Amino acid sequence: MRVKRFFEKLSTLDRRIIYCLIGVSIIISLIGKLQFREFPSAMTKKVFATIESLPKDAKVLVAMDYDPPSEPELHPMATAFVRQLAAKEVNLYFVALWPMGQVMTSKIVDKVLKKKFPDYQYGKDYVDLGFKSGNQGVINVMRTNIKKLFTTDRGGTDINSIPLMEHVSSLKDFDLIVSVSAGYPGIIEWIQFGSDPAGVPIINGSTAVQAPQVFPYFPRQLAGVLGGIKAAAEYESLVKERYPEIAGDENMAIMRMGPQTIAHLIIIFFIVVGNICYFVTRKMSV
Amino acid sequence: MNEKTIGYGIAGLVLATAIIFAVTGKAVPITSGPGIWVASFLTLAIFSFLYDDNPLYKFAEHLFVGVSAAYWMVIGIWQTLMPNLIGRLFPEWVADTFDIKAEIAANYFYIVPLLLGILLLCKLIPGIHWLSRWALAFIIGTTAGLNFVRYLMSNFIAQIRNSMIPLVVIEDGAFSLGRSFSNIVMVTGIMAALFYFFFSKEHKGWFGTASKYGVIILMIAFGAAFGYTVMGRIALLIGRIEFLLHSWLQII
Repeated sequence: MRVKRFFEKLSTLDRRIIYCLIGVSIIISLIGKLQFREFPSAMTKKVFATIESLPKDAKVLVAMDYDPPSEPELHPMATAFVRQLAAKEVNLYFVALWPMGQVMTSKIVDKVLKKKFPDYQYGKDYVDLGFKSGNQGVINVMRTNIKKLFTTDRGGTDINSIPLMEHVSSLKDFDLIVSVSAGYPGIIEWIQFGSDPAGVPIINGSTAVQAPQVFPYFPRQLAGVLGGIKAAAEYESLVKERYPEIAGDENMAIMRMGPQTIAHLIIIFFIVVGNICYFVTRKMSV
Repeated sequence: MNEKTIGYGIAGLVLATAIIFAVTGKAVPITSGPGIWVASFLTLAIFSFLYDDNPLYKFAEHLFVGVSAAYWMVIGIWQTLMPNLIGRLFPEWVADTFDIKAEIAANYFYIVPLLLGILLLCKLIPGIHWLSRWALAFIIGTTAGLNFVRYLMSNFIAQIRNSMIPLVVIEDGAFSLGRSFSNIVMVTGIMAALFYFFFSKEHKGWFGTASKYGVIILMIAFGAAFGYTVMGRIALLIGRIEFLLHSWLQII
């Protein structure tokens, strides 16, 4: 009887205790800088290898389709993408279908290109085309004529006066599209209206919520996907291993995986306990 | 929220401050800017809902809704309407008045979307709300036409093609058990899931068995998607807590 009452009480545990445990565990993990070694999956290695195979001066379109609510998941992988791309000395074309995407572009340009790659010149090595409203309509027009839509760059400079835009007229002129996306419009629209009809390879960094919707496009329509903070941490570890001089100590995803792991273990523990309580109380009631 | 709860809350804050000071050697600093303090206050106000609904949470929630509405209105005007419509109809005036470079020459074809937009706004006027149906018909027709072919090509035909994979995989002259098993599970899982959604035949016998297998596959897929969602939400929580500890309290 006492055992039954114990399990009944455990199965009706106040959810605030669980919230508190998760919160405290995350705080302690962050303060203690808990980190684990990352073992990259086959998918993450595929994404890394796709960028590694790019030749120097390849044209890469980087679509920054996310905003601050998704920043904890997507900003680390976007930063790592730009690090690896700049290390490969490719030409970067930043574009955004979300208004705040252009702010994310500025943050990455300031943090990565201007600090770690001072030789990267605006207009010759990278260009920021800014935000354009119109969702998949923008991609549809870009597929045939980019300059019809982007008459200036983000700063208002005439597009025809930018050296990097000289040999770029449509999406087909790019060697790779890198889409960092948090929802609509994002990777699915880039595949449907951009890379698939234009025949341009595309890789993606998605939030964990969107990743299951994107996996069906792999591998024929999508060269690789990074789904969530776990994949971002794996990718950061690959970039850090290959380019230790530029990776630095600011590996946000790797830092966040420690608390993430502890929180997951607590959740799994309570799921198991909940199931045990359910079956025990049901058996005792029979 | 009663006095006992408030007392526990204050005691918890004092205890947390003492622990932070003991571990890091720093007292809670006040060097963070006012914007950081406002953001931290609002973050903690939202988190207070985890304990119980309260006026602080309600205030933060209403503030968020109001600021979001205003933000998207401003974005809609300055990032969409001004450069794409007004800037194309009156480029010189827009460039001189607002310093927005849109077009070199005026394109008066954009009077058509201007009129359609006005028709759409007629929805708000009781006597002539029916005029908005013309603009809506244009929007629906254009969107359907734009999306139909691409959805068909990328989401339907391409997905059928992607599902046609070999059940026996030979790699470097040798049979690959892992990839073959993976492909078999994928193909049989797709077929079984489709069987489940076929309601023109009773789910009995072999068809019923395949349908049950399809249900299992669907449940596994939903579970995996839910697991991904949990991971995503925890990652956002960690991002917020990192903001509080790093940008506000400056202890990490």
